Amino acid sequence: MSMRILDAGDAAFTVEFGDAIDPALLARVNALDTGIARLQAGGGLPGLIETMPTFRSLTVFFDPLQTGREALLVELAPFLADTAASAGDLGRHWRLPVCYEGELAPDLGQTAAALGIATDDVVALHAGRDYVVYMLGFLPGFPFMGDVPEALRLPRRAEPRLRVPAGSVAVANGLTAIYPWESPGGWHLLGRCPVPLFDAACPSPSLLAAGDSVRFEPVSMTEYRRLLDAATAGELDPQQWLATAAANDGGGAQ
Amino acid sequence: MTAGANLEIVSPGAYASIQDAGRRGFRRIGVPWAGVIDPRLMRIANALVGNAADAPVIECFDGGLQLAARGATLRVAVAGDARLELEHAGERSAVPAWRSVSLADGDILRIRRMDGGRIAMVAVQGMALSQVMGSASTYARAALGGVDGGALRAGMHLPAPPARAGAELALPRPPDASQAPVRVVPGPQADHFAQAALDTFFGSDYRVTAEADRMGVRLEGPALEHLGTREIISDATVPGSIQVPGNGQPIVLLADAQTAGGYPKIATVICSDIPRLAACRPGQTIRFAAVGAADGERIARATEAETRALIAGIVRVPAAGIDEAALYSANLVSGVVHALSPDYRTLGAANE
Repeated sequence: MSMRILDAGDAAFTVEFGDAIDPALLARVNALDTGIARLQAGGGLPGLIETMPTFRSLTVFFDPLQTGREALLVELAPFLADTAASAGDLGRHWRLPVCYEGELAPDLGQTAAALGIATDDVVALHAGRDYVVYMLGFLPGFPFMGDVPEALRLPRRAEPRLRVPAGSVAVANGLTAIYPWESPGGWHLLGRCPVPLFDAACPSPSLLAAGDSVRFEPVSMTEYRRLLDAATAGELDPQQWLATAAANDGGGAQ
Repeated sequence: MTAGANLEIVSPGAYASIQDAGRRGFRRIGVPWAGVIDPRLMRIANALVGNAADAPVIECFDGGLQLAARGATLRVAVAGDARLELEHAGERSAVPAWRSVSLADGDILRIRRMDGGRIAMVAVQGMALSQVMGSASTYARAALGGVDGGALRAGMHLPAPPARAGAELALPRPPDASQAPVRVVPGPQADHFAQAALDTFFGSDYRVTAEADRMGVRLEGPALEHLGTREIISDATVPGSIQVPGNGQPIVLLADAQTAGGYPKIATVICSDIPRLAACRPGQTIRFAAVGAADGERIARATEAETRALIAGIVRVPAAGIDEAALYSANLVSGVVHALSPDYRTLGAANE
């Protein structure tokens, strides 16, 4: 599927690179996003308000009183070519603690039963690989991460929950996520992460950025409670879970 | 918290929150803009009290808001088709919207009801609120902005300085309420629908349901059938996106809506028409009309020119010699008090 420019009203358009969840498409999204950030840093693209990267597309928000879709597309043409895809930046790598036990893992048993494997295998599969943060959305700081191993894939719950607790670590289809806030939700809840994902007082309020990678580290209930208490008391520096620092700031977060 | 002059929220009415022009730059981490649903009303209200155009205002839905001046005389202005009542020293009198009003210490201003639409904006002269992530706008889901991250509640106090000297200001010609179809740009996923569904969408009445708030407006009408899959790989939404979930009933997303979604979006309401759609009351019906993206940009510029012309028309209200309270009380009794009434226009025009 080739690139398409989709209409999104009079103050935005979407550049769609494909129709799949695919790191190659994400690289093209990142290349365009990074290119725009560079032009803006140099004082270019007046009237461009912000961009929203997703799995396979980038939506450009602009002020129609200052610029227009056609003018912006002319300036962005160099970043829309296929060859630009190699320019994706490396994100940061995180190792985040997750407790997969007891009432913190309400869907663990059902998930294991539905997949026909042991609960320990579910945990081993989920915690056994690095996930890419494809995008953030749905809720402030909510990371869509993938890809979940084939052996761990289930459709969403038939009945979404009205209240998913904050910190819930969940899977649905090929994706995994952490709910930063209590909210309704239809994913399967496998555990709980005590690390706050969103802090409005930080210059970069979201802990994670698109392009980062995340590995989950199983911790005991005792350790989870200790970390949660520390987080609640404001004595937890989330940066301590940064495994390796990349050269950039994590993909042009504004 | 109550030290110094302040405006007390005696009652928030149906729903009231602090909003400004919104929070830009954080959609990529899942934070919507929030901000006023109707920027024109915010700008008019702020102009009427001499505030910066995008200073925070109280945005309220469906009337019922009651405000009291505490500790000083405060100046406020209500933009919107609202019926207002001022309680001064136990006496109640009608006052018009679309003008500034000075509230003496202890005075209570009420939005008794909306004569048209759902939304009114109250600007408070000099009101200063701290910003979170670049904006004072309330986004309750992430506890951002406002007084404490949430909607306004009875008993809250908004710090505001004593009213500055100077004449009251009024907008002599409030904006007209258009009944024309709501203009949309088809896409980004119009190709997920058969031509028959698009014909239905543009040829049918859709009714606004009771599920209508700052996040979005759920509509009810002839179902829109998807071609093939009823979900897409989640991509970005924008204010005005019209999502069509599996049941075929469209949902228009507004300022507080989530930044990404997995339902195909048949069309996008242009910025100029979002306020009109959000002002529709449950039970009202609307129609949609298609325009091109370039047309939408042109309409945005025309809308901006209209807004500037409206604000440029603001005039000073005569300072003395007219017993306004008596005038508006008389109108209230005869049932014709209205922001658009000839009496009101005469009052404004007489000062030029």
